[in-house]
Amino acid sequence: MKKKNNMKAWLYLLPAILFLGVFMVYPLIDVCIYSLEESYAADGTVASIGLGNFRDVLCDKFFIQALKNTFILVIITVPLSTGLSLLIALGLSSIKTVKKAFQTIYFLPYVTNTLAVGLVFMYLFDKTDRTSGLVNMLLGTDIDFIDGEYWMKMLVTSLYTVWIVMPFKILILTSALASVNQDYYKAAKVDGASSARIFRKITLPMISPTVFYLIITGFIGAFKAYSDEVALFGSKLNVAGMNTIVGYVYDMLYDQPGGGDFGNASAAALILFAIVFTITVINLRFSRNKVQYM
Amino acid sequence: MIEKKNARLSRVLIYFFLVIWAVIVLFPFYWMVMTSVKKTSAYDSELTPKMIAEEPTLENYENAFKFREGTQGKEGSLGRYFINTIIFTVVTTGLMMLVIVPAAFAFARLQFYGKKALFALFLSLMMIPSELVIITNYATVVGLGMNKGNMTYLGLILPSVTSVFYIYLLKENFEAIPDELYNAARVDGTSDLKYLLKVMVPISQPTIVTIVILKVIECWNSFVWPRLILQGNKPYYLVSNGIQSIRENGFGRQDVPAMMAAVVLVSLPLIVLFLVFRDKIMAGVSRGGTKG
Amino acid sequence: MKVVLENLTKRFPSRNKKGEDVIAVNNFNFEIPDGQLIGLLGPSGCGKSTTLNLISGLETPTSGKIYFGDEDVTNLPPEARGVGLVFQNYALYPHLTVEENIIFPLQNLKGDKKMTKEAMHDKAVETAKLVQIDGLMERKPKELSGGQQQRVAIARALVKIPRVLLLDEPLSNLDARLRLQTREELRRIQRDTGVTTIFVTHDQEEAMSISDLIIVMKDGVVHQIGKPQDVYDEPANLFVAQFLGTPQINVFEGRIQGGKVWIGNEAVLDVPGKADRDVWVGIRPEGFIPDENGPFTCKMDRVEVMGRDVSVVSTHEKMTGKSIRSIVSAENKFKPGQEAVRFSLKPYKVFLFDRESEERV
Repeated sequence: MKKKNNMKAWLYLLPAILFLGVFMVYPLIDVCIYSLEESYAADGTVASIGLGNFRDVLCDKFFIQALKNTFILVIITVPLSTGLSLLIALGLSSIKTVKKAFQTIYFLPYVTNTLAVGLVFMYLFDKTDRTSGLVNMLLGTDIDFIDGEYWMKMLVTSLYTVWIVMPFKILILTSALASVNQDYYKAAKVDGASSARIFRKITLPMISPTVFYLIITGFIGAFKAYSDEVALFGSKLNVAGMNTIVGYVYDMLYDQPGGGDFGNASAAALILFAIVFTITVINLRFSRNKVQYM
Repeated sequence: MIEKKNARLSRVLIYFFLVIWAVIVLFPFYWMVMTSVKKTSAYDSELTPKMIAEEPTLENYENAFKFREGTQGKEGSLGRYFINTIIFTVVTTGLMMLVIVPAAFAFARLQFYGKKALFALFLSLMMIPSELVIITNYATVVGLGMNKGNMTYLGLILPSVTSVFYIYLLKENFEAIPDELYNAARVDGTSDLKYLLKVMVPISQPTIVTIVILKVIECWNSFVWPRLILQGNKPYYLVSNGIQSIRENGFGRQDVPAMMAAVVLVSLPLIVLFLVFRDKIMAGVSRGGTKG
Repeated sequence: MKVVLENLTKRFPSRNKKGEDVIAVNNFNFEIPDGQLIGLLGPSGCGKSTTLNLISGLETPTSGKIYFGDEDVTNLPPEARGVGLVFQNYALYPHLTVEENIIFPLQNLKGDKKMTKEAMHDKAVETAKLVQIDGLMERKPKELSGGQQQRVAIARALVKIPRVLLLDEPLSNLDARLRLQTREELRRIQRDTGVTTIFVTHDQEEAMSISDLIIVMKDGVVHQIGKPQDVYDEPANLFVAQFLGTPQINVFEGRIQGGKVWIGNEAVLDVPGKADRDVWVGIRPEGFIPDENGPFTCKMDRVEVMGRDVSVVSTHEKMTGKSIRSIVSAENKFKPGQEAVRFSLKPYKVFLFDRESEERV
């Protein structure tokens, strides 16, 4: 009876185990092996093993550029989007009429195709021979956002990234704000606390676990930026100088002679993982000291 | 009196701020729709962009569909991309349900040796970013020839038919169903499989629908993995790859209104899906969905 | 169908690693005659529900055997035993209508027992009529009251004509008025169907009022089996005596000495021929007769009027409870401010238990 039950359970799990084994566990081991294979002999066997791939990647100017771009993006977009969505969530939670309509609108970017809408952004900012584009027209400027200066391109990228990541954050923060027990507010009002004080002393501590959750997932997400950049600048990101770490990994596999440079791609992916992992651990450490868990 | 005035002022400011953000969110959508109905010649002669189309037309939509790219025999077209994406989305989502429902059931309901260890392993896989495994998966798929001919569909689909997160979500849901129901069914001679299909799945229907919708959104927007394994294999492009390809090599460069028509067509299905299942999607996402 | 339990034992492994196994059911031996309504009675945590689960087959015994009639069902899975089970919280499938819930067990039948859709429908309607819910067939469980849900659960258990019907605390989720009504209903349904029925309860009044036989258990051990009145009149030990009856039996520290029962320094009753020893003296509330010359003196506390009877609350230095409660006819008059009250005792309402073993003397 017991044995039969064991068998049955594993049977139910078999498909999941099979797929996860082939497409998750095995690749995980394999990527570490790839990253150490420095060079191959003519017959395809491994000729030497070492940290050469990591050295190659870290010395590659395109990788350094990608690393720099990714870090700048993270540093700009994570605080900006978290702060802005907190403001919007606070605004939403203080109104009653048409609240639902606002929520619906704000969520729209979540369900849109990143590539498609990114293209629209590109046209809005794009300056061509014929016209300087809608944004330039509204601002009264004549800036080339898409093919021009580095910081202008970074500006557009940051704006688009913020636009894309806001829905998730607004949604999570709105429900966090709604779940704060209203009695705290009543008590504070009776005690005569000002709204600024209520926000600082009650609201913020109560939702701080959610804010930190958003910061952590925001960091992780922003470090993996890629398709937003493709949408804006096309797939030749190295040429545009706007590549990201993930983009660098993909470029190592895409359109390469011999099917791709697996060693360098693996090394770059592992470096990315190490960065994300470190930053997450630091975040968790920090939040453990600061966050009030209710 | 002063206080009342202040309250009203702050109310106005809040609404003003909320409306501004709503405009920022909506404007790109407005712009793509508006551009998509402008005559190409009219668009090209605008020296400053116009907010309203003067002679609205649907011919751009026609043009977007008429367009073919790629070499003879390896052609791609917008219609084809749509069909590919629908096949990809339906099969991936269907297969995923077949994989995750039994797995969640085993974790939630069955007792077996090694359950705790296996579940811990599953949970730890949740932390692994896809970027780390995609390199080997690419090698695997190419090695198995799943980037050629109709095998390409398998290459597109198979790596994304499991989701540890959804197994976890469903398991939590299954566990909330009281034990008595299971015992009642056992006394009545119900097999485990029948219990799963006739009792657990219907009771968990809200969660299952949420998972399906979230997966459909994810599939519809897939870009990076298909791009990697397709590498110019145009007949199998999904809509995201199609958009990118049209923009870089196709009519996107000359005919912006037609490009925008394509963009509208690609965006529309998910927006409709969202407006229909608004509450389910938002509840599902707030329970732990993330973008992509 | 006769149900026989033979040396039935169920151990659960201990929660902590060092501790001993928990014995939920300890060496049960009893036989339940065919067609009777049996109340399995005991305080919570005494192993009642485990016993029920063993009979239904949801759990397998550590040792011992279970027979339905002459058939050994010990190793049969639940579905092969032909039992109907009603859960305390009813366990109705929330997504199915009343009719679909009742039909559910029938859809599992295989082979030559397989039924057509019409036959299943007819059977469901017939069973629903029996429990008087045939007007609610299209409703979902959440649209029903507690009592109606209970009936659906019973109908679902009865529809496949079980050999044994098991009910786990069937009345505890109902309010007091409904409980009385449903009690009668349960009795009627059992009579009408003639199915051997075992129900578990911690409410002694419930068990006494409708059962043909009651089984009193505690800590996994059967303490007494018998007809409700017999068990009440002749409790086998102190626990059974205390568990049955409201108000509870009054228990005193006492001793047998020279053929008399002594409580404190009063000889309250003659027990010729019994050996001297320390005992617990249990006296049912209705065993007291107010008698100015009675042998038993208690300190008067108060008199509670209940109409036909009065309840005299008094105290005694040898009592084990907080007070002594005696039910006497209202015709007895008590003076206000009376300090002591004297009783003579009805011998058949007085039970003596050994001080050590707590067994009946």
